[in-house]
Amino acid sequence: MTNLKLLQMKIILNNTEETIDRDQLTVNELLKVKNFSFKMLVVKINGQLVKKSDYDQAMIGDGDDVMVLHLISGG
Amino acid sequence: MTFDEIRAVLKKKTVGIAGCGGLGSNCAVALARAGVGTLVIADFDVIVESNLNRQYFFHDQIGMLKVFALKINLERINPDIKVHAFDLRLCPSDIVEIFSHCDVIVEAFDKAEMKQMIIEAVSNHLPDKSLVIGVGMGGWGDNNSIHTRRAAKLVICGDEMNEVSDTNPPIAPRVGVVANMQANAVLELLLGENPDQKIITGSL
Repeated sequence: MTNLKLLQMKIILNNTEETIDRDQLTVNELLKVKNFSFKMLVVKINGQLVKKSDYDQAMIGDGDDVMVLHLISGG
Repeated sequence: MTFDEIRAVLKKKTVGIAGCGGLGSNCAVALARAGVGTLVIADFDVIVESNLNRQYFFHDQIGMLKVFALKINLERINPDIKVHAFDLRLCPSDIVEIFSHCDVIVEAFDKAEMKQMIIEAVSNHLPDKSLVIGVGMGGWGDNNSIHTRRAAKLVICGDEMNEVSDTNPPIAPRVGVVANMQANAVLELLLGENPDQKIITGSL
């Protein structure tokens, strides 16, 4: 028998609630799912900065508040 | 609060501004006019003619270092203001050192890499400090795309879309809007929300 339980989580992404069909995922997986292909990024999970070298390890789970900020030049 | 009461609070406050170009010079002027007591400003650059389409400098200041010209201009507006001017290309350790006594820090760099650098430096080394950044202000028009959002201690002002380029240049109105939004966000952090103000949507 296969496990038919649907895995889903709700996160806050850039101040908007999003439902994602996974029970958890890494930062890099989230960027892929959302088609974020920006070069210059800052990612925070629940206000904590995630280092670029940790994008493959840092996990996002149900209820997390995630900010993905795309930095562009100008000032 | 009356303006005298507001000024009495702001006089005791210190705001750091990283960069004295389009965002930094205009934001500093707004904060000086509002009555912020001390500004800590830093930049390494010299004024050139092409800066005058948006930056708070004058034609006879071309060739001067931006930090020193800005200090003069701020003191002409408000002779009581204290301006600590640093002629520096800021690195993470400088940011921690010169802004550690500030109540709020304003990011006013032009390059995306520098914006990323200061967010990381402040998050890692000054985690209790609010940082107000400007992202996306190229071109003209489309007023309503410019917004403010907050993620913990980070406040983001701009349209988050329009990168500056040769065909999407920075021009006074949009750059000034974002710089003044940053100054307005700083006041909200320093004074709290205004209980006498009518609010259409939630503020910071």
